[in-house]
Formats: sequence, C-alpha cells, structure tokens
Amino acid sequence: MSIAVEVRDVRRSFTRRDGIFAARSSIRAVDGVSFSLESGGVLGIVGESGCGKSTLGRMILGLQPPDAGEILIEGQSLASMDRRTRARLIQPVFQDPFSSLNPRQRIGDIVGLPLAAQGAISGAQQRDQAAEMLTRVGLSAAIMERFPAQLSGGQRQRVAIARALVLRPRIVICDEPTSALDVSVQAQILNLLAELRRDLGLTYVFISHNLAVVEHIATEVAVMYLGRFVECAPSEALFHDPRHPYTRALLASVLTAEPGIPIPDVGLGDTYPDPANIPNGCRFHPRCRFAQDRCRSEAPLGHIAGDRLVECWYADNDSS
Amino acid sequence: MKPVLEIENLRVGFPDGTAAVRGVSLRVGRGETHCLVGESGCGKSVTALAAMNLLPRGATRSADVMRFHDEDLTRLSERQTSRLRGARMAMIFQEPMTSLNPAYTIGSQMTEVFQRHRHATRAQGMDRAAELLERVGITAPGMRLAQYPHQLSGGLRQRTMIAMALMCDPELLIADEPTTALDVTVQAQILRLLQTLQRELGLAVLLITHDLGIVARMAQRVSVMYAGQVVESGSAADLFGAPTHPYTRGLLACIPIPGKTPRDQPLGSIPGSVPKTGAEFAGCAFRDRCTYATADCAGTIPHRTVATDHRTLCTMVPA
Amino acid sequence: MKRFSTLFGMTIVGAVVLIALCADFLAPHDPFAQDLMARMIPPSWMESGSPLHLFGTDQLGRDYLSRLMYGARISVLIGVLTVVTSGLIGTALGVTGGYFGGRVDDIVMFAITCRLAIPLILVALTVVALIGSSLTVVVMTLGLLLWERFAVVARTTTMQVRNIDYVAAARAAGASTPHILLREILPNILSHLIVIATLEMALAILLEAALSFLGLGVPPPLPSWGLMIAEAKDYMFFSPWVIMVPGVALFVLVLGINLLGDGLRDFLGVSQRR
Repeated sequence: MSIAVEVRDVRRSFTRRDGIFAARSSIRAVDGVSFSLESGGVLGIVGESGCGKSTLGRMILGLQPPDAGEILIEGQSLASMDRRTRARLIQPVFQDPFSSLNPRQRIGDIVGLPLAAQGAISGAQQRDQAAEMLTRVGLSAAIMERFPAQLSGGQRQRVAIARALVLRPRIVICDEPTSALDVSVQAQILNLLAELRRDLGLTYVFISHNLAVVEHIATEVAVMYLGRFVECAPSEALFHDPRHPYTRALLASVLTAEPGIPIPDVGLGDTYPDPANIPNGCRFHPRCRFAQDRCRSEAPLGHIAGDRLVECWYADNDSS
Repeated sequence: MKPVLEIENLRVGFPDGTAAVRGVSLRVGRGETHCLVGESGCGKSVTALAAMNLLPRGATRSADVMRFHDEDLTRLSERQTSRLRGARMAMIFQEPMTSLNPAYTIGSQMTEVFQRHRHATRAQGMDRAAELLERVGITAPGMRLAQYPHQLSGGLRQRTMIAMALMCDPELLIADEPTTALDVTVQAQILRLLQTLQRELGLAVLLITHDLGIVARMAQRVSVMYAGQVVESGSAADLFGAPTHPYTRGLLACIPIPGKTPRDQPLGSIPGSVPKTGAEFAGCAFRDRCTYATADCAGTIPHRTVATDHRTLCTMVPA
Repeated sequence: MKRFSTLFGMTIVGAVVLIALCADFLAPHDPFAQDLMARMIPPSWMESGSPLHLFGTDQLGRDYLSRLMYGARISVLIGVLTVVTSGLIGTALGVTGGYFGGRVDDIVMFAITCRLAIPLILVALTVVALIGSSLTVVVMTLGLLLWERFAVVARTTTMQVRNIDYVAAARAAGASTPHILLREILPNILSHLIVIATLEMALAILLEAALSFLGLGVPPPLPSWGLMIAEAKDYMFFSPWVIMVPGVALFVLVLGINLLGDGLRDFLGVSQRR
C-alpha cells in the first residue's frame, strides 16, 4: 500500500490579542503532529473545540502553510505544489453546507469550479462532468440551475461532496461533514461518503467531535488534545482498548441511545484546556486524575506503548 | 398526581401561514424529566416558547388546556406571565452568550432577577448567587460574580445560566438544547449536574433536544415530534425498547452505537424530506417518507394507545 | 411609511435621470441662448411672469427651466462618474487590504488615513488653480478623493466574507486569486457597496454644487445647479426665485437619492447582515 498523506512534525501558532491593552498571546494550535495515512484508509481525528483539529485539516489542504514541519501528499511536498496539482489530489468537505456554498452562484457553477480552475476544458464538458457527479451523489442534474438557498441542508452537503469529487481527487478532508445536519440526514451523508470511498478508492481524513460517527467510518483514529495527537491507533484497537486517560474520558462521555445507563462521570474536573497556555510536562496532567510527579515535569512526547502512539507515561500499566 | 405543566392540543401558527405546532399535548410532573425530541423545524422549541409566552410577534397561539399548576396560562396577561417567568418557570437556552448581557457582570445579572421577583436587597442577591454558583460546581464563586460573560468558557457559562435559572427556586425548568454548543466531555458534566439538581430540588424539567443519546440517558418520559405533532410519546423504556412509529424507528436506526452498529453496513436512513405543513394539512405528515404508508394515512389519524401511557400517531397500530 | 419613502426616492431619482437624458427634447429653450430684452422674468405663476418661461429667466435672459434641465444632466453625470471612479478605487483598495491582510492591509489602512487627512476643498482649489476648471477636472478631483468610504466598507465586509468556508472551498478547488476576489467575494459584498454608492453620489452632487458655487467647479456658461446658485446670489434680494429654483432642485434630488439608498439598504438586508 502506498502512503496517501504523510505529516511530519507540523506546527502552527497564531497570535491573539484579547483587548487593546492586553498583551499579545501566542496560541499553539498545532504543536508537533506527525502521522502517515495509507491510501484507501480513513483517519478519524477527534478532539474537543480548540484542540487544533480544524487547523490541521486546513494545513493538509494547503490553505494555511505550517510554521514548521512538512506535509507530503502521495509522496510530493505540499509546499512546492501548484494550486492545480493540489486541487487534483486533495479536496475538502466542510461542516456547514450553508456557508460552504457561495450563495450568489448557481449549483452548476459551484460544482464546475474545480474543473474551470484547471483550465483547458470547454463549458459543455464542464457541465457534463458536473451533472454526472451530481447524479453520482444522488441529486438530479436539473439542480444545476438553482441557487444554494433553494436546497435543503442535506442536498447542499451533497452538492459540496460533488464539488469535492468532480476532479476525482485521491484524498478528501472531511471537516465535521455531518455536524450541522439533522440526525436522519446525517446518516444519509455518512452512508454516501462510505459508498463513495469504496467505489472511487478514496482516502479520507475525517475530522469530528462525534466519536460514534468516527467509530463507524474510520479505520484509524487519532485523539487530539491541545495541538498534539495524544493517542493514535487502528480504530478497533482504540475503541476497544483506549490507553490514554483522555481517550477514555472522551469515550465515556459518548451518550449512546441506550436507556437505563446513567450519565457517566468523565472525571476531568472543571479546568478547561487553553491553547494559549499549554501546561508544562504532560499537557493533559491538570485534568488527569492519575497524574504523577513525572507527568508534571516531563512531557511524554512521541511515547509509544506497545503497537501504538500514546503520549502517556503510564499507558502500558493496565492499572492506571 | 397533578402535573406541573399540562398542555392539551396546543397550536401555533406563524404569519406566513405555516402551522409550526399542530395539536401538541404533553404533561411534565414534579421531579420528572420530559424530553421533547425531534429534528430542526419540527416545532419543539416553538412549543416551549409558547408555554413561556415568548413567541415572536405575529405568531398565534391556541390551546384547549395550558396550565402551570393552577394557573391557566392561556388567560394570564403579559404582566402576569412575566411574573411567573424567571421565578416559578425558568428557561435556559442553547447558546448562553445570547441570553447573558455582555455589558454586565455575572453577579449583577444574577441578582437582578432575584431582586425583581423577590424584592430582596442586592447583598441578599449576591449571597444567593454565590451559593448557587457553588451549587452548580463553580469554584471560587466570589471571583466569578465579578466577571463578565466573555471571561467564562462555554461550560462555565452554561453552568452560570443554570444557576441563574435557579435563583428564584423555580418549579419548572425548560432547557432548550442546553448542551448542543458544548464539547462532549462538558456536555456529560452539565447533564449530570441537571440530573442531580432535578432530583434534589424536585424540579419538573422539559428538556428539548435533537440528540437521542441525551434523551435515553435523561428522560423519564419522551415525546417525539415531527412536523408540528407529537407522533409518539411514552416512557423512555417503552420508546427505546418498543418504538412503534416508523419515524421513531427510523431515527433510532440512523445513529451509530459504538461497538454495536456493524461498521461495514450502511446506517439506516430516512429518505425524503419534511413536507410543508399549513393549517389545513391533513393526514400523516410522515406518509411520503414511510415504507408502510397506505391509503388510510391520508385521512385524519387519531392517537392510538399502544400500552399504558404509550401513545402513537400511526395507522399501523390498531385503534 | 418605509415603502412610501423608498418609492418617493425612486420616483425623484428616476425623473431627474430621465430629464437629464432627454434634456435635448424636453427643454423648451436653448439653455445658452441669451435674450437681453427678457432678463430676470419671474416664474410664470408670479405677477409679471411670462407663460413662455415657466421658471422665469436669469440675469442674461436665459430660460431658467431649460438651464435647470441641462443642469440635471451635469449633476447626474458628475454623480455617476464620480461614484464609478471612486467606487473602483475604493473597492479595489478595500478588497485587496481585507483579503490579503498583514502588510498589504497596513498600507491600505495608511492610505485611508492619509485620504481622511486631505482637506477636500483646498485640494480642489489647488488643482483648479493649476490646471483650470472643467467638467473633467471636477470629476477626476472628486473621484480621486471620495473613495475612502468604499475602501472602509469593502475592507471590513471582505474580511468577514474571506473567512467563510466557500472561499476556502474555492481556494482548495484551485481557483486563482482574481477568481476568488471577483467571483467569490465581490458579489457577496456588492449590496453593501451599492448602499455606499448612493450616499457617495449624493455627496458628490452636493460637493460639485459647492465647488461650482466657489467658482472651482464646472466653468460658465455650463448650466450646473451650483453655478446657477452662485450666479444668482447677487440678485437674490430682489429676485429670490433665482436662488430658490436650483436650490430646491438640488435639495429634492439629494433627498431622493438618500431615500432610495435607505430603501436599498433594507431591501438588500445590509444592516441585518452579520
């Protein structure tokens, strides 16, 4: 199997100013992430808001350059790729289909844009290919004349998927593709994404805060906390045997539709992670109920426990 | 036992001709959590706003019965309802930032409600506010009282909203998607808090949500809404154990359960979309999306009783 | 009320534009034709007015109504040309600064600040003193100076639109920067710019009148409303209509444009936008 996406120690920080008189603070949004994803795989990236998962997604799309580190798409460096080559390899599907489609353009133009941007294609060809892709995602080609406001949320998200796939890219970055949708529509979109991956041999990076959804679609899962992957493992292994205390807390807080089970105590306390102020040592230690002295002073960066990455000193101990 | 909130045949219409709520009936008892679940636009939030008399201008409201304890909500004047609101009936919203005024400190906003309804002094209000902030699990309440809403994280804001709602010892708490804007770990904390408070204070809670996971863990009673109607209602055990309405069953099939839903098979899904329902819409609103629909579904459908306290709006269940 | 005032504004602006376009056919007399025998005739509804001259004549015996109609042409021309010039400059600067941010934006902001520090009338005075006055000079001077509101509005709205996902999607689709600026961003900020355009047009018309009044605008004998007011000021005590007629015309047109602008603002939903 070839490697579709390889990310090597990527970092990105932003400066923020809270008020006119406040000092500038630096937010380390992504703080040293590395992974490689085989083609045909689905890497689910889960984490809470502000953990840097969307920034990571935008960097892999080439929308934001990393401050440091390197991203390789099918073995080529993303930084030295021109925009047309990049568009042919990798495409996004965003969370909110109400903001990812330009309200002033017709669906035909929206879906045709990636083709038009490649140049050297006639208007008729462009329309044919857009129509074909719209049918492929379960819409009628007649929709091409309409504007986004005339479609439902589910239809809009299908349009966004059609736009992402019209160039037949190898990799799709899905950033919370179902979070803004109703439950019944969410299932339709997930099924469509799964079907398209199988039929077109796509590779997905699937960013979500919904663990149940990630478990359903991902082959590998990375748990992100304050800009780093704190655990990364094959989906099955991660869900059956989570090692990092944060992964466990996340899994515990999933509320499945099973009555009679009490709401879990996730045991994270009420301190919230602040990317402008990342703690020394293990970045999770202020919220970890198992934290030891070592965790407060020494960061378990890149710690491997058995067959997977777990950034925790005590991940090997089953007692923790 | 008499319910705290009782609604019979509530109808709400909007000036553009849509009937947002078409004959909703529900009861919330003391110490009970009643979940109103449905997808966006089904009328669940409008139902709550109608009960609080907070509907937008131009909306029309009618009900056979709408009672809070012994107060007939359909007959109260605006002033009388506003006296109930915030005191005996409280409401919390999805996005706490929209209901907190950014220009005032937490403390002054919390005491303001208390002073108005209880004719208390500011000092008494501050004491009460500090006590409640501690109660909802906020450490160093004294410091928080002097802070402004934007200085708090999302989770803290929602805790503050809950504390504010509890200032005047309400009997009914209406929570509209209280955890939708929060992270999953924070969501679990807030829901645990709501559950504990409810048990200890004997609150009647009407919880509005689209998340069946929350319903399963929080509700004693559940009403599933679709296109302005309650299509199925019953105890949580009945609804999750033996759902009868095709819409309820469809919804349950849509959500993956980690470790249980097979990964290589597609999830269940409901084809089609919600129809536009005006005041004159007749028959089952779900019939166009339903695999079991027959000619009968276009006629008027009365509520059918499946079991004690388990009712459904479907022709498949014998009358 | 709102609808009525918008309609009112639309009617006024429409009528003035129509008059300006068709002045050649509508004007009863040649606006430049002097008739020293018929000087200072009052409007026809006044005592000793002439039915030949509805609004009377000026100090050189030129028909006032005809001059007013041709004057509308100057006002509309100046309004439109100035707004087009300043709109292009301001939008280009604002969109560039808002989209690229950073250093580019710092430069745009500096340009806006500098422009705000320039005293308009003094610059116009200098320019006229150096090159002499003509219609082109007025349009160019106003056009090159009135862009700052376009720039400010284009900049802030671009900053909002830039962060919406469809712009990111277009970038990921491989679209070029000109495409993103012209097709993705510009159509979505256009409604804001149209509202600014109406306000600027009213301002340009007033400024032209002021400049002409000071003798810095369009040169005589062109029938500009401002020039008519200027020429009338010596006679206003004994013949007040000579200053009233162009003054009222100016007031009504500017009011009409502003009412129309308000209506457009509501219709395009500009103020309710995030």
